[in-house]
Amino acid sequence: MLKGRAFKFGDSISTDHIVPGRLAHLRSNLPELAKHVLEDADPTFASRVKTGDFIVAGNNFGLGSSREHAPLVIKMAGISAILVKSVARIFFRNAINLGLPVLVCDTDKINDGDELEVDLEQGIISDKTNGNQLTFKKIPKAMLSILDEGGLIPYIKKHGDFKL
Amino acid sequence: MGKTLAEKVLSRKSQIDVYAGDIIVASVDLAFVQDTTGPLTVREFEAAGFKSPANGRKTVLFLDHATPSPNRQLSNDHILLRSFARRTGSRLFDVGEGVCHQIVAESLVKPGDVIIGADSHTVTAGGLGAFATGMGSSDVAVAFALGKTWFRVPESIRVVVSGSLQKGVYAKDIILHLIGSIGADGATYQSLEFSGDTIDTMSVSGRLTIANMAIEAGAKVGLFAADEVTHKYLIEQARGDDYQPISPDTDASYIRKITIDATKIEPTVSKPHTVDNTATAKELKGTMIQQVFIGTCTNGRLEDLAVAASILEGKKRHPETRVIIAPASKKILLQAIEAGYIQTFIEAGAAILPPGCAACLGLHQGVLGEGEACLSTANRNFKGRMGNPDAFIYLGSPATAAATAISGEITDPREVL
Repeated sequence: MLKGRAFKFGDSISTDHIVPGRLAHLRSNLPELAKHVLEDADPTFASRVKTGDFIVAGNNFGLGSSREHAPLVIKMAGISAILVKSVARIFFRNAINLGLPVLVCDTDKINDGDELEVDLEQGIISDKTNGNQLTFKKIPKAMLSILDEGGLIPYIKKHGDFKL
Repeated sequence: MGKTLAEKVLSRKSQIDVYAGDIIVASVDLAFVQDTTGPLTVREFEAAGFKSPANGRKTVLFLDHATPSPNRQLSNDHILLRSFARRTGSRLFDVGEGVCHQIVAESLVKPGDVIIGADSHTVTAGGLGAFATGMGSSDVAVAFALGKTWFRVPESIRVVVSGSLQKGVYAKDIILHLIGSIGADGATYQSLEFSGDTIDTMSVSGRLTIANMAIEAGAKVGLFAADEVTHKYLIEQARGDDYQPISPDTDASYIRKITIDATKIEPTVSKPHTVDNTATAKELKGTMIQQVFIGTCTNGRLEDLAVAASILEGKKRHPETRVIIAPASKKILLQAIEAGYIQTFIEAGAAILPPGCAACLGLHQGVLGEGEACLSTANRNFKGRMGNPDAFIYLGSPATAAATAISGEITDPREVL
């Protein structure tokens, strides 16, 4: 069971909001890069987020670049899952490859600061603040098999090949 | 059952008949990284315990995003990539060669290839009939090592473009128009497959511009048939033997069909801060622009520079509008010098940058100041994209950019052509 607070964002949060190109010189210094996570969407986010918290956003989260640093710094910030109305393709695949769940659900029902519990097995999100229960769209089987191993590199180390 | 272009290419590479929705493992003909995604790829490759790529010729590293390097951290990343290439026998294109996607088009891609790159604009090679898509560093690290990757075969949207473009209207305007109408997530996970008589007669340069921006509608690939226009282009690159025709079956199944009347498209501009926030250039007259940027994998090809040069010939830039121009590759720079375009640009008051990504992604060579606006021929105008979240980016064709450079405000190029 994942537990934490909701940090609410709007639609179209791009990879430039999450980790802009101007910080490319920090990409080989990940702890430093992670201090800037989502800086251009909410400059206070990095200092407020705690281990276990959730990003809750609208449509087309993570659009733009293929930079895996985007889900990577979100994971490093302690985020346990990203809840969205919809997600951009490359970001989705990258997040799963890093063992970071992205769950598609009706995020309008969640408010900023709500206490959430997410049961990945049962597919249920419980909003402890307003009492709502939400379900999320099933993660495709092939991606679940990668997520279950904690990401693509651990998956390949274990299986040596794609066994999807 | 007939196949779309995506189903055709992926069937061939996975050696089974595949259709939309299937999960497959396919061999890759080319896997590449650039200098801002490559270091993480190398580290993941090593973390996985891999020693060498499956095929060094198919494993390519490009230094293009931060070239020449603007700081010591990125210089050290370049050292890491050069060292990996040397140690593993992979191919490396160093500072000054140009943008990865342009080099792929000129020198590496064959119609029917499957290509993955740790760069979202890898889709560009779809303009030559390759199933080419962007992935992250982990996926590319694994593809380096195993020579293959997994895909979900995408559903396809058939985009049929018909009729002749008006004077002053280009491939860039078609794709901005399309993204404006379907939205930045209008094709998420899907293949945008382009056809119609406008496409049949369009140059490879224009096709690459359209394919390049398929990702800006969320698409996995932007695909064009490989035809005689493709063949001619490959012959011009001294690669005529790499040609094979490829086209979708007439009874292929599409989830959606979009028809575009090319005769009605006007010079189009994306306004800050999303690509689907479009207007006509005419509607934006009066929007003052401090920087014009012509170049990138979207519009840094010779045809693009030719259009800009024809507008800037004998003219001067507006005194309050700086102009920066970066040809997409070394080959294009040489051709532009030969054709006299570079002289035209310099005489018009432009600054010429070396082949590479230049100002596109905000890490050097044209970072915007507070409150400034840029008219760029690139593909993205997200907040902060050009190095400053308090700046404003408009996207347009090279013609719109050149017309704007002269007047200092967003200008419909038909006013000056």
